Amino acid sequence: MYMRKLVIAASAFLSLSAAALAETPDLGRPATPEEITLWDISIGPEGAGLPPGSGTPQQGELVYAAKCLPCHGEKGAGKPNDQLVGGLGTLTGDQNPVKTVGSFWPYATTLFDYVRRAMPFDAPKSLSNDEVYAVCAYILQLNGVIEPSAVMSSQTLARVQMPNHDGFVPFSLRQ
Amino acid sequence: MGRKRAVAGAQDLTAGNGLLDRRALLVGASLGGAAAMAPRPGFGAEELSVERWMREPGAPFVGYGQPSRFEAKVARTFASAPGTTGTGASRTPLQRLNGTITPNGLHFERHHSGIPDIDPDTHRLLIHGLVKRPLIFTLEALARYPMETRIAFIECGGNTGALYQKEPAQIDLQASHGLLSCAEWTGVRLALLLEEAGVAPESQWLLAEGADAAGMSRSVPMKAVDEALVALYQNGERVRPSNGYPLRLLLPGYEGNMNVKWLSRIKATAGPTMTKDETSKYTILLPSGKSLQFVFPIETKSVITHPSPGLTVKAAGLYEISGLAWSGYGKIARVEVSADGGKSWALAALQDPVLPKALTRFRIPWRWDGGPAVLQSRATDSSGYVQPTRAALIAERGAKTFYHFNGITSWAIGDHGEVRHVYA
Repeated sequence: MYMRKLVIAASAFLSLSAAALAETPDLGRPATPEEITLWDISIGPEGAGLPPGSGTPQQGELVYAAKCLPCHGEKGAGKPNDQLVGGLGTLTGDQNPVKTVGSFWPYATTLFDYVRRAMPFDAPKSLSNDEVYAVCAYILQLNGVIEPSAVMSSQTLARVQMPNHDGFVPFSLRQ
Repeated sequence: MGRKRAVAGAQDLTAGNGLLDRRALLVGASLGGAAAMAPRPGFGAEELSVERWMREPGAPFVGYGQPSRFEAKVARTFASAPGTTGTGASRTPLQRLNGTITPNGLHFERHHSGIPDIDPDTHRLLIHGLVKRPLIFTLEALARYPMETRIAFIECGGNTGALYQKEPAQIDLQASHGLLSCAEWTGVRLALLLEEAGVAPESQWLLAEGADAAGMSRSVPMKAVDEALVALYQNGERVRPSNGYPLRLLLPGYEGNMNVKWLSRIKATAGPTMTKDETSKYTILLPSGKSLQFVFPIETKSVITHPSPGLTVKAAGLYEISGLAWSGYGKIARVEVSADGGKSWALAALQDPVLPKALTRFRIPWRWDGGPAVLQSRATDSSGYVQPTRAALIAERGAKTFYHFNGITSWAIGDHGEVRHVYA
């Protein structure tokens, strides 16, 4: 019953007719491609939405030292805020799990998405795309996920294989 | 009659250690929360006086009313992340409230970069992605849409995370359970706005994003749209800034983090975006090392609010045990209460109206004999889901997470009436 209701609800707005539209207020204004580009900052796990630009771990180290280190510590060691580096192999057994970008995050694209939208904390959305690529490269390299010589860009970031990529199973609804 | 029932005889007992029939207190006698019901000789007219406020005019009108100054301790408690203010969580004082609706100023909060000061005239909702017509809505436009009202709880997926700890945390109910609130929300059905944009059949997910500095974003499965509201009103007034002014997504029954505040963008996508919160945060690390992801529903849960740690049961006698039950799957079907640590159970009375995905208040009379007692509540919802014991929950999921704890909670009553959190 639960599932059937969902199917009906989904099909209700997927199969639109002109008549159905006529009955709604229809007060939205069409969005232009430029407006959408300005606001659409989310990056899909396959890299959809990654902007042009690139950065290296060495460039990222400079960005990190200037913008990230006070909250995330030397080389991403954490304190006072989240630890970004280390923790590999801590997810099993009786030990305390240390969940970092390297040990836990399943997608490198999430790192770009989050850093660009929300970091640095006191000035989010202030980094250039090159700076975001660079700081992502630095954090990934500190975690041993990419080589020091690697360059992160829209072409390479989405191809990075994160150590815990296969560490997730979807919770299935009981009903 | 009421007094006879209040001094309950053995025939009224429905479970061990003093639990009475749920209707026992409903007959005749006036009820005052956890007030003792036995006659109290010696309380005479000599205690009455003609008070100052009976002899002089009261205060003038004010534009927006506030609680009595004597209620100042009924307040949220909060903590911020290091080096920040307004980034963290505040908690609802459930032990100081009754009924089921949370006053707007006491609704719990979880902010990732403070509370934005949004001008409603410039706020916009963009709907785009896999749609025929990407659309931008102003508040003025949305205010003209047909609206719906529903009462729904919101609970943070991290609420009661402390109950996974090895030893029972000695904290009050606000600290243990306070990331839970319930309000009457009014807004526009999200499905209606998506209809106008024309979502493509291959779109199975939505990305919802807020206009706060953190750009809080979560992927929402398309099936959630069935009950989703773009909420403009909270308990009759515009949604509070701390709860998403001027727009928030309301997904009844889904974990709080998905009910995106300051909603400014909805993108129809084929799959989940894999945002920071749905990968690195709101997942449940299992003993196997794998993590459960997309744990959307708040599963059936209950807790006794009166009494609870921090409150004291004053003297042996008759009390009303009262608490809250809720389920992200539907309505609460029944709540059972135990006073002997789960050995025996009695059915509690449910306060009408019992609404799906809303807090439900339960009550049951209890005659405390002054001896040891362990109080528990166990909720069952309309889908048949029974709230698990803490041991059963941890046996299944381990204790390496602090998300989605919904196990039975135990309060021990000590010799002096003090209430402590225990594992039983």
